[in-house]
Amino acid sequence: MVALVLVGHSRELLRGLRAMLAQAAPSVVVGLAGGTDGGALGTSAPMILDAIREVLAEAPDGAVVLLDLGSAALALEMALDDLSPADRARVRVSRGALVEGAVRAAVEAAGGGPLSAVLAASETLPGLDKLPDDWPANGTAPG
Amino acid sequence: MSGALIAGWLRLAASRIATERAYLTELDAAIGDGDHGINLGRGFGALDARLAVGDVAIDAPGPLLLLAGRAITGTVGGASGALYGRALLRAGAALEGLPGGSVATSAQLASVLRAAVDGLAALGRSRPGEKTMLDALVPAVTALEAAGAAGLDLASAICRAADAAEAGADDTFPLLATKGRASYLGERSIGHLDPGAVSSALLLRALADVASGAA
Repeated sequence: MVALVLVGHSRELLRGLRAMLAQAAPSVVVGLAGGTDGGALGTSAPMILDAIREVLAEAPDGAVVLLDLGSAALALEMALDDLSPADRARVRVSRGALVEGAVRAAVEAAGGGPLSAVLAASETLPGLDKLPDDWPANGTAPG
Repeated sequence: MSGALIAGWLRLAASRIATERAYLTELDAAIGDGDHGINLGRGFGALDARLAVGDVAIDAPGPLLLLAGRAITGTVGGASGALYGRALLRAGAALEGLPGGSVATSAQLASVLRAAVDGLAALGRSRPGEKTMLDALVPAVTALEAAGAAGLDLASAICRAADAAEAGADDTFPLLATKGRASYLGERSIGHLDPGAVSSALLLRALADVASGAA
């Protein structure tokens, strides 16, 4: 089964998201790399590297990484630099929204989908359909 | 260039970042997210604390830079942590590739700084003129390469590099930011110094002062 790795600036945010994933797809392994090594807001390349390695050790089918914003992509790129080619071949990085993408990816992974399907599920741009069609396009509430 | 000199540089840099923390954060608040001084202060402060305890081997400069790079990428938190971390890691790797694993001439130091700055630029997908660290770092590399070609001694060469970095940082004032958080401001980014360029110049000045024995 494909695993997930969540990368973001806040450990608390990612813990909350992991709890949501555990409810939707309890069988999926979910690694976290949130905050800096000292627990501040930010991202840490060494922590991301550790999280990916730990998850890959448990998930022979590979892992999809989801990230939040800003420095997360830079730190992730540095972490991937230090990953062995064999491990790197089992990792895919998602362009999807962190929360919605992770939930969709977890459900796909729990269903036995391969790495490519889990990645695709995470990138289905769910932000576009967050609200029902009767909500106005200008951000105000309906009615 | 000994490991002790590199350790002295990292510790002086930490001390100066602590002194300039509010200033760097103020610069960043004007055009970014206001955490540059706080983030660098936290990361370099943690590294300084480890060096102060003395549980870090400082006999070889290359491995020390690699350790510093990993520490900075893990503790600074923002984009500056990844970028400076990448630069330190590349510098460490370049140093380890030199004869004896150390810098003996200003031309060798220029090659190490070039590798570091190239690595940083590649990660940031940036080039000079975009109101970033590179506006201080690239002129510094150019100055160091010229000093190396002219056969200047190490301390004088690093001093030229720091001068060039400070001039480059000053020159970011009129630039339009096209990279990073400052680019969200568009034309409103004009008329401010880039905090990353200022911190880059600070790091090089600290190296110059350690190398010349002025600190």
